[in-house]
Amino acid sequence: MEKKSKLSILLNGIIKENPTFILVLGTCPTIAVTTQAFNGLGMGLCVTLVLMCSNIFISLLKKIIPDTVRIPCYIVVIAAFVTIVQFLLQAFLPDLNKSLGVFIPLIVVNCIILGRAEMFANKNSVIDSAMDGIGMGLGCTLALTLVGTIREIIGNGTWMGITLTANMITPFSLLILAPGGFFVFGLMIAVMNKLTKGGVKRKSFDCEGCPTASACQNKEGGCN
Amino acid sequence: MMELVKIIFAAVLVNNCVLVQFLGICPFLGVSKKMDSAVGMSLAVTFVMALATAATWPIQYFLLDPNGIGYLQTIVFILVIAALVQLVEIILKKYMPSLHKSLGVYLPLITTNCAVLGVCINNITDGYGFVASIMNSVGTGLGFLLAMVIFSGVRQRIEHNNIPESFKGVPITLIAASVLALAFMGFSGVIDGIFGA
Repeated sequence: MEKKSKLSILLNGIIKENPTFILVLGTCPTIAVTTQAFNGLGMGLCVTLVLMCSNIFISLLKKIIPDTVRIPCYIVVIAAFVTIVQFLLQAFLPDLNKSLGVFIPLIVVNCIILGRAEMFANKNSVIDSAMDGIGMGLGCTLALTLVGTIREIIGNGTWMGITLTANMITPFSLLILAPGGFFVFGLMIAVMNKLTKGGVKRKSFDCEGCPTASACQNKEGGCN
Repeated sequence: MMELVKIIFAAVLVNNCVLVQFLGICPFLGVSKKMDSAVGMSLAVTFVMALATAATWPIQYFLLDPNGIGYLQTIVFILVIAALVQLVEIILKKYMPSLHKSLGVYLPLITTNCAVLGVCINNITDGYGFVASIMNSVGTGLGFLLAMVIFSGVRQRIEHNNIPESFKGVPITLIAASVLALAFMGFSGVIDGIFGA
């Protein structure tokens, strides 16, 4: 692999390989928690923290972890950091913890994190991995906040809890319900497709973008 | 008894795991292209969900809670599920090769399926008893099956249509899912109607 500058690794995650819009990883929290912009932001920052720490740790341990059991090892590392984040939220942001609910422990199985461990952290240096973690995490945060912003403004007439249009126009509350989540997310990806004119290599739904690809025997791509 | 039937119905229709709770969206979008793989995947998920609940419920109540280490829930549950999936795969391979051939390919994917971990954690948070937990898991799995089967039918129709260039692939799939979620919203309140509030 060619040597890349630290900045380009960081920017790679935010724009070029945005984990949510381009790689389409971690779709569950993207739709579930983005009923409010603040929840999206909080979720994104939690993912960033876990992703950065787990990338650093896995990159440090890459020579020690035996290749055959690496996926379980990664999961343990990730689960440990998720537990730490859970504690931090309970102590300092109990409201956010309550509204994110089950999706905090579910960061463990967020495919962005396992995917980056498998695709980046176990091949690159510690600093590069940390940069990749921060970049990918911020890309995810940006995406979640954006989706949350659209859904909250149109669906509830507020943004980050501040009343904007709620008194002037009746909010179209469907957008903060389940169908709105799928709809806005789909629309955002379509907009991204249009902006990048399909110039970005799409990996979504391919075995390449799947963190469990190495363990998967379904080589014919039945999941595609 | 009535209570258990109610739990299953609620999990299948009202709180459908994909379309209402947003658990397991990755396989829902990824594996739903063909009907047979959709059915295979969902059956494997249902099976693992029931098994994982049967394993994690006693662990929470007899091991973690009495020792005051409930906070280890996340780590313990994911490890138990991962080990369980491996075990099921080995057993199926040895004793039921035909079943392994049809379901086995989906098993490694299930370890990182958030629906399985999610339903295990939800069972504990909602305070269900052991039998009720198993029923809830089976119901959630069946709800997943229902959503997958309907959606794979929808997707086969989408395949042959003329879609704007930027909507091809993921976006149109998500928008179709949004319409399906809209349909499932009609089920809210159905339980009270059938069983009486």
